[in-house]
Amino acid sequence: MLAKRIIPCLDVKDGRVVKGIEFKGLRDAGDPVELAATYDRQGADELVYLDISASLEGRRTLVEVVRKTAAEVFIPLTVGGGIRDLEDIRNLLAAGADKVSINTAAVDNPDLIRQAAERFGSQCVVVAIDARRVPGQEGWEVVTHGGTKPRGLDVRAWAEKVTALGAGEILLTSMDMDGGKKGYDLALTAMVAREVSVPVIASGGAGSLEDIGRVLTEGQADAALAASIFHYQQYTVNDVKSYLRDLGVTVRFES
Amino acid sequence: MIAIIDYGAGNLHSVQKGFEKVGAKATVTSDPGQVAAARAVVLPGVGSYGLAMQSLERLGLTRVLTDVIRGGKHFLGICLGLQVLLEGSEEALGSTGLGIIPGRVRRFPGGLKVPHMGWNQLYFARQDPLFEGVEPGAWFYFVHSYYADPRDEEWVLGRADYGVPFTAALGKGNVRAVQFHPEKSGRLGLKVLANFVGLMN
Repeated sequence: MLAKRIIPCLDVKDGRVVKGIEFKGLRDAGDPVELAATYDRQGADELVYLDISASLEGRRTLVEVVRKTAAEVFIPLTVGGGIRDLEDIRNLLAAGADKVSINTAAVDNPDLIRQAAERFGSQCVVVAIDARRVPGQEGWEVVTHGGTKPRGLDVRAWAEKVTALGAGEILLTSMDMDGGKKGYDLALTAMVAREVSVPVIASGGAGSLEDIGRVLTEGQADAALAASIFHYQQYTVNDVKSYLRDLGVTVRFES
Repeated sequence: MIAIIDYGAGNLHSVQKGFEKVGAKATVTSDPGQVAAARAVVLPGVGSYGLAMQSLERLGLTRVLTDVIRGGKHFLGICLGLQVLLEGSEEALGSTGLGIIPGRVRRFPGGLKVPHMGWNQLYFARQDPLFEGVEPGAWFYFVHSYYADPRDEEWVLGRADYGVPFTAALGKGNVRAVQFHPEKSGRLGLKVLANFVGLMN
């Protein structure tokens, strides 16, 4: 049986980790490779690097970081943040990323999803959807630019469309819950998970073990992404998985 | 030296780094001469069946692959590199596979999330040195939409279950192939790569 996945997300800027740099027990807690290796040892099922560099130089550095990570850490790695075109995707995959996550560029130019899926295969094309509840209405809308820019797209319709275009996975972030540590948006996650035929990674709002358990059961997510609870060492990945196992959720342990 | 065949299909970097991590020398190549001269051959790959067969043909690799496999060289197919060993696939009805393993490649039935993406458990149909030190039920990382359906049970090394049981590892004699990605399956994946290296010695 397929296991539910636990995915730590590392924010990387100019080749350095920018959150959780007070992580204890590392020689250089700002080094993404060292943090990635630590999460691998804790039992992470995959890793996500989110690049928040603003400069071209920062992006070049990211490719190097991916290359170093792929030589040290042998679990799947998804890289997202600022990917604009097929060339960006090709560079990251060639450096050792297994999947790329496309967000704003997919909204600006949905055909990029189709092109990337055709060229590199759906299995490496993740579409990241940032969703926000529409004030005073039912449903959720797609936002970009850190949640500041509504794009006039309904999340349900957009999720269906990106899947039809060839996305192999959806990374779904609730911008309402992100950073709040009060739990994932379960209704949003369940709606998208039921709607699409590809795996859904839930993101935004993890604050406790219970939150992760709920999004993988009630929320019907295939995977849960979390950042701060791991970076600030509130829990290890292994803590989360032990909790999930006791809850009856299928998770992977390396025997 | 291990030849990792480059036919434009997916992430070869990780496979090479995986072998390096377990202390083996592996070269990424699309040169038929280098493949023929290698001590062992690895055919990795993700992507589409039809394009893979076209690329192998165009690079002059189908013949050398068949020769090295029939000649008894240790061979490991990974993911798509497993599937092309069969006679054909529902993914590309017009393409002919290498036909080393009798049988075909089928799509997962409707109602399942496809691709089958993530960690699943491997159970063994019989013992093989490739899985020495790997417990039944160990977790490996899969990403695929099609699976091998071999005609002869004697080829089946292991199975996994995704709503339907499917063949996840095949092998006979010098030929071994896995549907999962050992280069992405953490410590146990590296153990499988190390076991393959061990076959050469």
